[in-house]
Amino acid sequence: MSPLLPPDHLERVDSWGQAQHAMAYVFRPSTVEGMRAAFDLARRAGCSVALRGAGRSYGDAALNSEQMLLDLTRMRRVLDWDPEAGVISVEPGVTIGDLWRYVLGDGWWPAVVPGTMQVTIGGCAGMNVHGKNNWVAGTFGEHILSFEALLPGGETVTCSPQENANLFHAMIGGLGLLGCFTRVTLKLKRVHSGWMEVQALAVPHIEGMLEEIDRLKEADYVVGWADGMARGRALGRGQIHVARELEPGEDPAPAQSLRLENQELPDTLLGLLPKSLMWRLMKPFVNNPGMWLINSGKYWASRLSHGHRFTQSHAAFHFLLDYIPGWKRSYLPGGLIQYQAFVPKEQAAQAFREMLARCQAAHLPTYLAVLKRHRPDPFLLTHAVDGVSLAMDFKVTQRNRARLASLAQELDEVVLQAGGRFYFAKDSTLRPETARAFLGQDALKELKRLKERCDPEGLLQTNLARRLFPDLIPTA
Amino acid sequence: MDDSPIEAPRPLEPRPKAIIIGASSGIGAALARRLASEGYFLALAARRGDLLQDLRDEINAQGKGQCLTYSHDVRQAEQAPELLQRMLRDLGGLDLFVYCAGIMYPSDPERFDAEQDLEILQVNLLGAVAWLDPVALRFRREGGGHIVGIGSVAGDRGRRGTPAYAASKAGLHTYLEGLRNRLARHGVTVTTIKPGQVQTDMLKNAPQVRGPITAERAAELIWRAIRARKSTAYVPARWRWVMLVIRHIPSFIFRRMNL
Ligand SMILES: Cc1cc2nc3c(=O)[nH]c(=O)nc-3n(C[C@H](O)[C@H](O)[C@H](O)COP(=O)(O)OP(=O)(O)OC[C@H]3O[C@@H](n4cnc5c(N)ncnc54)[C@H](O)[C@@H]3O)c2cc1C
Ligand SMILES: NC(=O)c1ccc[n+]([C@@H]2O[C@H](COP(=O)([O-])OP(=O)(O)OC[C@H]3O[C@@H](n4cnc5c(N)ncnc54)[C@H](OP(=O)(O)O)[C@@H]3O)[C@@H](O)[C@H]2O)c1
Repeated sequence: MSPLLPPDHLERVDSWGQAQHAMAYVFRPSTVEGMRAAFDLARRAGCSVALRGAGRSYGDAALNSEQMLLDLTRMRRVLDWDPEAGVISVEPGVTIGDLWRYVLGDGWWPAVVPGTMQVTIGGCAGMNVHGKNNWVAGTFGEHILSFEALLPGGETVTCSPQENANLFHAMIGGLGLLGCFTRVTLKLKRVHSGWMEVQALAVPHIEGMLEEIDRLKEADYVVGWADGMARGRALGRGQIHVARELEPGEDPAPAQSLRLENQELPDTLLGLLPKSLMWRLMKPFVNNPGMWLINSGKYWASRLSHGHRFTQSHAAFHFLLDYIPGWKRSYLPGGLIQYQAFVPKEQAAQAFREMLARCQAAHLPTYLAVLKRHRPDPFLLTHAVDGVSLAMDFKVTQRNRARLASLAQELDEVVLQAGGRFYFAKDSTLRPETARAFLGQDALKELKRLKERCDPEGLLQTNLARRLFPDLIPTA
Repeated sequence: MDDSPIEAPRPLEPRPKAIIIGASSGIGAALARRLASEGYFLALAARRGDLLQDLRDEINAQGKGQCLTYSHDVRQAEQAPELLQRMLRDLGGLDLFVYCAGIMYPSDPERFDAEQDLEILQVNLLGAVAWLDPVALRFRREGGGHIVGIGSVAGDRGRRGTPAYAASKAGLHTYLEGLRNRLARHGVTVTTIKPGQVQTDMLKNAPQVRGPITAERAAELIWRAIRARKSTAYVPARWRWVMLVIRHIPSFIFRRMNL
């Protein structure tokens, strides 16, 4: 019999949305040697290994039930920084929060950031994340100049768009299934102030939303929030935030505004309420009537502030959700899932209207819906299209799980019909046949070829990989 | 392990998963069928691999539940942690663990056979501890889970025909009670099942047989106790009253009785 994995490493690991969890043998290497040792142990024990950054994926992308999980958050050093060129090399466990705090004083900002700063660079590369500037800036991977990665067999590879280009475009967004990033070199974005100019616009329905998002797509950042509970013509009404980086000279004292203390938001809301208590106050509203009230209130407030311009720090604009610590706890005990679909712009209005309506018909309205503009990218498992994404949060309860799963399947049909795609960072509901359908045979064949090249033993696995790509997993 | 296909997991609708040790015949096999009909994904262990495989084929052919099998002798206690790890890996998780392995020798007040009695303790008690300690640790870390031990009404009293069997079951009951007290605060349920007489191979060794129930009926009642997350369940329930009386018979009378 194969040797035991040490029981003292057994931990409960939740998906970020806490609608699922796994028991796994967690190891936290702090060096590449430590990673190698973990791979060797897994090989001897005959079990698989999953890579995990900060575990901010909503579903099962960084879970590995009853097997090994490499938590990379202790590989957290900045390896090289060139403040003239804005080029930085980091270990995979460095977070987006670490990164912007490190470089902002020199007048730089990460070129692409997701909606939370608590994610790791390894996780951002593994998912090839996008920001509210996906249309103008592309995905995270488009700003990676090169990376080094450890393959499970012990070999290290260096990849860039020029060197090992195939692997570069497959490992970025490769869901941690080909190898582990050990060093990532990023090109950052120049900023001339710690502030941005933000404008808020109200839109009366989903069609208006999509028109405005398309019109504003060349802006530095644009993001829409939709009220998924409004009915009829008003379906998808909401608010758009469009933001602009300040030009050189616009901020009279950039050295001042680029200081970290000017980025952080206060610890209290309205000067009174400690933010750490916010989620408790939210909890009574995390149900259909409560969320109807909040979404409607938010919409009518947005009407009042329509056209309003204000300045906001980078951190406040990008990471608003981080400033309500533990907000997801208001969704407990069942947790939440997110469903995000990317639909070509011509089909978006019809598809999104239908999707929102179907959620309502199933009595499972989304409590939070967010829209972004995207463009295609050259990565193998890309989620992007020339179009718009709609991300919807759903509360999960013991009673609605099965209905939610069948709703998701209905929505999948609508998205596939519209020529759309899905995003594994958010996914908990796709079926293998749906993943095959949107990724296409060619991409999957290439993935399998590279898997055989980089990880012939099939050591790297995740719950998501076993769920969606059974062909990649060697049978015992 | 065998290579029956495992269907794609659905994170929102996870299949409940159970392990039964001692599932090749009798109560364990009937419980496996019952759990399969509830959609459970099962890992079954016992010595008689051929019987387990027949059971697996039967369950897998029905299509609702799913089943994997493992040959194992609980007297090889040192193998338990490794086999448990393997089963968990194959199942991908665990909701319910049932320890059902047990043996009994024909009741005989004139037989004082240490070898035989030690074997009974090994299978019924030591095997249970070898399995349940690592299972308990895992459930405790997870903050949930359900452990079921198949004890016996025989463990409620030391009868003259089967002292070691009674001791093994009494020991199991007390061990399970301790686990329950340890784990309740961590969200883990521990259920002690005390069957009366059940129509299985084991019953051939019983001193007297009075109105036994079928293994299927026992499995149904055990399933109900599991679903209700009971602490202790007599199977069938009337044994609770019978044993209440028997437990209170004074020792100086009990030793003169023909029980
Ligand atoms: C509140 C919130 C808002 C979000 N907003 C956005 C958004 O706007 N845009 C967006 O694109 N995403 C968004 N996300 C999703 C998030 O950015 C991604 O899930 C990201 O991958 C999380 O990074 P992580 O470090 O937590 O990685 P994990 O979730 O731990 O892992 C993600 C994947 O990367 C792999 N991986 C991790 N480390 C490595 C490594 N060193 N080498 C190779 N593979 C590795 C893992 O195996 C896994 O497949 C959001 C998530 C949250 C919780
Ligand atoms: N029948 C009754 O009236 C009655 C009453 C009270 C309690 N019980 C208890 O119920 C449980 C099940 O018994 P049963 O009535 O169903 O009898 P059974 O048909 O003989 O079942 C006993 C099970 O235990 C397994 N087992 C025995 N020794 C083992 C070993 N060394 N290693 C692994 N597995 C072993 C057997 O499998 P293999 O032989 O294939 O290994 C079989 O699957 C026992 O714990 C018994 O004490 C029964």
